[in-house]
Amino acid sequence: MKGGLGIWCALASLLAGVLRADADTPIVADLSEHLIAVTTGFTGADLLLFGAVNQTGDIALVVRGPDESVTLRRKTRMVGVWFNGTGVTFTKVPGFYAVAGTESLMEHTPPTVLRRHQVGVDHLKLELVDPDRVDQPVTYRQALVGKMQELGLFPAAVEPITVLADRLFRATVRFPANVPTGDYRVEVLFIRDGEVISAQSTPLTVSKIGFGADVFDFANRQGGAYGVIAVIVAASAGWIASLVFRKA
Amino acid sequence: MYIYLPIAEISVNVFVLLGLGFGVGLLSGIFGVGGGFLTTPLLIFIGVSPAVAVATGANQIVASSVSGALAQWRRKNVDVKMGLVLLSGGAIGAIGGVWLFSFLKGTGHIDVVVQLCYVIFLGGVGGLMLFEAARTIRKRQAKGSRSARKLHEHSWLHGLPFKVRFRHSRLYISCLPPIALGIFVGVLTALMGVGGGFFLIPAMIYLLGMPTAVVVGTSLFQITFVTAITTFLQAYQNHTVDIVLAILLLTGSVVGAQVGSRWGARLAGEQVRGLLALLVMGVALKLAIDMILPPDSLYAIEIGRTS
Repeated sequence: MKGGLGIWCALASLLAGVLRADADTPIVADLSEHLIAVTTGFTGADLLLFGAVNQTGDIALVVRGPDESVTLRRKTRMVGVWFNGTGVTFTKVPGFYAVAGTESLMEHTPPTVLRRHQVGVDHLKLELVDPDRVDQPVTYRQALVGKMQELGLFPAAVEPITVLADRLFRATVRFPANVPTGDYRVEVLFIRDGEVISAQSTPLTVSKIGFGADVFDFANRQGGAYGVIAVIVAASAGWIASLVFRKA
Repeated sequence: MYIYLPIAEISVNVFVLLGLGFGVGLLSGIFGVGGGFLTTPLLIFIGVSPAVAVATGANQIVASSVSGALAQWRRKNVDVKMGLVLLSGGAIGAIGGVWLFSFLKGTGHIDVVVQLCYVIFLGGVGGLMLFEAARTIRKRQAKGSRSARKLHEHSWLHGLPFKVRFRHSRLYISCLPPIALGIFVGVLTALMGVGGGFFLIPAMIYLLGMPTAVVVGTSLFQITFVTAITTFLQAYQNHTVDIVLAILLLTGSVVGAQVGSRWGARLAGEQVRGLLALLVMGVALKLAIDMILPPDSLYAIEIGRTS
């Protein structure tokens, strides 16, 4: 596997660091990759988080995609047909949100701490654009989370973090093919006796790369030229087909 | 083999898209329609957003209608003058339609409007065609009852000004009805991602009174240019044309269309129309049921980038 050796080298150096580490840095962690490339063959990606701790406690990993505004519309029935109602917009919604944690993370950690660090979908701070106008903010919030889970952008389950010999840990987070591109933040928290002892933030970028990225850029920057090319490509395909099949 | 579509931003199996294109091309070859009324709903069904499906559908129809129009051209079945008159309306309609599409997208009603358009137009046209095909077949069975049909009926449409002679169609009519028809079909192209053949062909026969022989060629001529204009406008204004998706679809559809046109030539006219009517009605019925049944989820979601 590509990069496998690199990971182990990194792990080894990390471990060496941890063995020397004092109580101030109880945890060190890194990602297998800091760039997820969305290429033409992209079908999703697995991101490996690995690291080491020098104490016993709970570890939480939070992956947050770029903030987006999300509009929800409740469907209503009019003359037998379902129509979309007026929209309710949330801001600061992560485009992707996944949590991994050690087995006892969710039971041992007090909700106030989880809320402060936004660990778990229930603790996400989502802001309503026009809160006074919205009737049932809680229902809309639940609908948003449900929809994002359906899209695979808010994986419902807390991914397990496995700890080896109370020292080394690793977790895998699955990114589906429809992940938004942009700058992500990966936070690793070390929690002991219900308090966050150490927090580490690592950047991660999801970016379109290669032919697909060029097409996307071209389509968005030079829509007119792109449109002309799209028409020419289609028209010549039709023309070529009619030539080929006339002779046949 | 999966491919990540750069504009649709989803990952789809290449063979699903090629197969979809081939199937739609096959039907369009048999029936002489663009097949967009099948492509767009199918693309939405596999997870492409309606905006991208409609715009890319128009792009794909450019290919299939060019190849169809050229074949008809060689058989001298295109009334260029009528085509140009229709096209002048079509261009206006496409511009208005693309604007309307952007507007409805903003208010969040685009999905319902697109679906409603499908149900109304496909249902209406399919129903009429089915009725017509059934009547023709019944007439043929009842021998001897055939009455001599006039070349075309005279109606209020013939009293309109700006009369133009369309030699190829053997018509001397006002150019207003064809322009209006063009505008209307142009709006449908932009809004529904269809060529509009399913509406254009019956309208040309029954409304304008054009001879059946030139109807298919002339409609393909007009569809080619209107879908090209729509593709350009959607790409320019909404950035919703996925060229990779379009190429995969049209690769399948141009092959399918050639095979289909051979099969179509072997079928009798009423049979073809009857089958097409059933197909059109089927799509309309499926969409109508979807609109009336309680949805799986009471909420529609729209994700927009803020940064």
